[in-house]
Parts: sequence; C-alpha cells; structure tokens
Amino acid sequence: MKKQQSSTLKWVTNIGMAIVCLTALFPVLMLLLSSFRPSSELMRTGISLKFDWSLLNLDNYIYIFSQAGEYWTWYMNSLIISAVTIVLSLFFSAMVGYALAVYDFKGKNLFFTFVVFILMVPFEILMLPLFQMMINFQLVNSYLGVILPMVVAPIAVFFFRQYALGLPVQLMDAARIDGATEYGIYFKIMLPLMAPSLGAMAILQGLGSWNNFLWPLIVLRSNDMFTLPIGLATLLTPYGNNYDVLIAGSVMTVIPIIILFIFFQRYFVAGLTVGGVKG
Amino acid sequence: MATNQSIEVTKKRSNPIIGFLNSKKVVPYIFVSPFIISFLILTLYPAIRGVIMSFQSVLPGQVEFIGLTNYERVFNPTFYKALTNTTIYVILTVTILTILPIILAVILDSRFVKLKTLFRASLFMPALASTIVAGMIFRLMFGETDTAAANQILNWLGMGSVEWRFNAWSGMFLMVMLCVWRWLGVNILYFLAALQNVPSELYEAADIDGASLFQKFWYVTLPFLKPVTIFVVTISIINGFRMFEESFVFWEAGSPGNIGLTVVGYIYQQGIQQNDMGFGAAIGVILMLIIFVISFIQLILTGAFKRGDA
Repeated sequence: MKKQQSSTLKWVTNIGMAIVCLTALFPVLMLLLSSFRPSSELMRTGISLKFDWSLLNLDNYIYIFSQAGEYWTWYMNSLIISAVTIVLSLFFSAMVGYALAVYDFKGKNLFFTFVVFILMVPFEILMLPLFQMMINFQLVNSYLGVILPMVVAPIAVFFFRQYALGLPVQLMDAARIDGATEYGIYFKIMLPLMAPSLGAMAILQGLGSWNNFLWPLIVLRSNDMFTLPIGLATLLTPYGNNYDVLIAGSVMTVIPIIILFIFFQRYFVAGLTVGGVKG
Repeated sequence: MATNQSIEVTKKRSNPIIGFLNSKKVVPYIFVSPFIISFLILTLYPAIRGVIMSFQSVLPGQVEFIGLTNYERVFNPTFYKALTNTTIYVILTVTILTILPIILAVILDSRFVKLKTLFRASLFMPALASTIVAGMIFRLMFGETDTAAANQILNWLGMGSVEWRFNAWSGMFLMVMLCVWRWLGVNILYFLAALQNVPSELYEAADIDGASLFQKFWYVTLPFLKPVTIFVVTISIINGFRMFEESFVFWEAGSPGNIGLTVVGYIYQQGIQQNDMGFGAAIGVILMLIIFVISFIQLILTGAFKRGDA
C-alpha cells in the first residue's frame, strides 16, 4: 500500500511541477512566437493564443537589424554602462570586502555596520538629492551620472567580505616573509582566490545594471543616451507604431543574458541568491 | 607578531613612504577608502540633504525654508491612495512569494520529483528578463481586446473580457503577478538551499514514529526554514515598498484613478516630473520612516525567535 501511495505521489508531483514550469515559461514562449508576427497585427490584437500561423515571418528582425539605428544606440549605451559598472564595482567592492575580512583595524566593525545599514536604505529615498547633486556636477544625461552611485555596491561588499573570511590567512604571512607588499599579496595571491565570488558578483552587478530602470530614467534625458529598458519603455505606448522594434528588441535584450546563464548557471544562482550567505 | 614588526621596521628604514603605505596600520584604510568616500558623498550627504530639502521649497535658483509645509501637504488623498496601493502590494507579494516558494521547494526537493535541474532552471528563467521586458509581455497578454491571450482564455471559459489595466483589482493583479512571476524562481532557490540543511536522520526518526507527510513538513521541515523565511520576508517587504517599475510599465506616469500609483511613483511624479523636489523629499522621508518602523518591528519579532533558538 505504501508503495502504491508513493507512485501516485510521484505522478502527481511530477505532473504538477511540469504544469507550474510550463506556466512560468509560457510568457517567454509567447514573446518569442509573437516576435515573428507582423507588428501591425500584434499592435491590434496583443499577444494572442490564436493567430494566423501562416503570417509568421522575420520582418521584425530584418527591420531591427537594417533600420532601427536608435535601438542599437540604446544597446551600446547599455553595454557600455553595464561593462563599466561591473569593472568598477567589482574592483572597489572586492577591495573593501577583503579588507573588512582579513585585517584588524580600528573602526572595522563600524564600517561593516555602515555596509549593512546602507543595505537597508532603499536607493529610491536618496534619488532626489542625488539627482540634484548630478545637476550641480553637470553629470545629468551622462554615463558617469548613471554609473557613479553604483560604484561601491554594499551588497557586493557584504558578499566579498563573507567570501574573504574563508581565505587562507597563512598565505599572507608566508608572502610577507618573502617580502611581498600588502598590495602585492592582495592582487597577486588573494584576489585570484576570490575568483568564484567575482564571478557571482559580476553576474549580479551586470544583470542589475543591464535591467536598471528608475535611476537611468531620471538621469538620462535624451534619446541617444537612453539605455535599453528606458528606450523600450518609450515605445510602450498605445499609439506607437514601433511594435516591430519593441517586440524583436525585447527578445534581443534577453538573448545575451540567456547565453551567459547557460554557460555560467552556477554564478547566476550564487549571484541572485547572494543574501543566502546570511542565513 | 615580532617578526612582522621587525619586517615593518626594516621596510620603513629602506623607504619611509612605501613603508608607511605598506604598514598594516595604513593598508586597511586605503583598502576601505572607496567605501568611506562613497558612503560620505553618495549616501550620508544625500540622506542629510534629503531631510533638509523636505523642509524647503526647491526651485531652480531659488531655495527657501518653508518649515513643515511640505509635510502638511503630503497627507492628501493621493498620497493615501499611493500608500494603500503599496501596502496591499506588499502584503500580497510577501504572502505569495513566501508560501508558494516553500511549497514548490519542498516538492522539488522530495525524492518523488525527477528532472530537478530542468524544473529549477525553467522556474528561474523569468528572473533573467527585466521588469520592462516582462511587463511588456504581460501588457500585451493582458490587453483590453478580446484577442489578447488572457481575455481569449476567459472567453473560452465562458466569461466576459476584462479591461485589465483599467480596474483597480485587475491593475493590482497585474502588478502582483508580474512580481511573482519574476521572483518565484529566485525565492525557490533560497528555500532549496535551506532545505539542504535539514538532517535526514530527523525524517528517518519521524518515519519510525509513523509521522504523515504533512506532519513531517510541519514539525521537521518548517522549523529549519525559519531563518531563510525571515530573510525572504524582509527583502520582500523592502522591495515591495520600493516598487516603481511594475507600475510604470503598465501605466507610464499616470494610471486611471491612480489605481497603480505607488509611494515611489508618487516621489517620481512630484519630485522629477513636477519638479517639486522639496515635496518629493518629504514623501521620501516618510517612506524611510515607514521602512524603519517595519524593520524595527521585524527585528523585535525575529530577535525574540533567535533568543529562543540560541
């Protein structure tokens, strides 16, 4: 009887999970499918379950590759901003997190308290004064204006500290005896050991920056400076005639992330569930 | 320790500047200096500036103190509407995004389920889409016309079409659905990680005692999930109060009857679009107070739990 019960359970849970997963994937599949529909029809009907399959074609993609210049401007803006954000925030945050983990110094606990405290303060509360600062520094509508507030990410500092706590400190003493400077020890010995955490944070910061919306929306003012989310959002009007760029462009924004996801799945999971290190 | 000091001494003798920069007293501060600088300039200063601004009328080239006027203006029907919307949104997303992931994680972790990696990856997939792209899909699926996917399903079930973006209840439904769709997979991963910490002997012991599946879940699994549950609830609450994009993507700057207005949306509307920064800052200060009070209450509640555990 026990065996029979567990085989029923097996069927129920597997089929149930399959249904849940299909529901989760359904919107993605619909997006993909709809990107091959004529944009004028898509604008009229929305994403439909029943539509004329014979009308599917590549026109939206052909248009976006041949004519939608502003889309690729947004794409470049997003790429540049994300790349610079990743490099700078990893460089600085790793340094800070490392120091908080391996050194003993006055104020260490205070600094760490600040890190945790900033984690709790929503960025949205600071955005108006920050915007005013950007106006004063004349950084409105510039890459730097978008990037600057993201350069030292408290969540990354926190993550790097937790990771660096597990580094072999004996290596540092050995290197010191060999005459290495503290900076040499960090860049040549310890930083390479932190590679997995760098991977996870690169994904976290990259995804966050690639998808960031509110702050770029405030800082970036002209069409040629927009990032992808801001640019695509401007196309989301009921009167728009740009649904070809909107739908095919949306698919194209997800593709680089999905490719990265397939290759670096482990880092993605670590990066997106970074808070888990606490529990 | 003695060797370290002697090395420092010899280095200092060889080159005082390098010796100073390389001393173990100075190095940590150089390493944390990016954080100190960014904390002072990009967090502390704006925070103070924001509080000051909330007592000012800020116009280009003309700033004056107006006392509590901004705060008196904040408590108006529109703000209450935004606060109510945000609170309902927080309650719904926190509830759904805690209970559903726990159940799904437990099922995924059980020995009954095959293809665990495939299921996990496909539930995680929506988290990779930005809110804007995800919102666009939802907007086109939940369109007003009979031909949009959601209404096609309703019609097929014999129900009438719904103007999704124009009713208060369906507007809230759209925002909550969008959030749940994107975050479900991530939260499942949190709970899956926590489930690995449950010692299997406990389940064996429960089996010997003849516990049912539900009893095992309730008395063995759930207590182990408490810390991660507290964590998930905390970030869900904070993210809920920060919500802006889920509303913006459906209605841009203004929704009919403000059915989609959130507190951050109100800050954006007043501070950026109306250029009334002092007023916007006052809303921000109130939002900060609300979040602090909630975090404080939560700290007391969870702190009490922790004392019991230790």
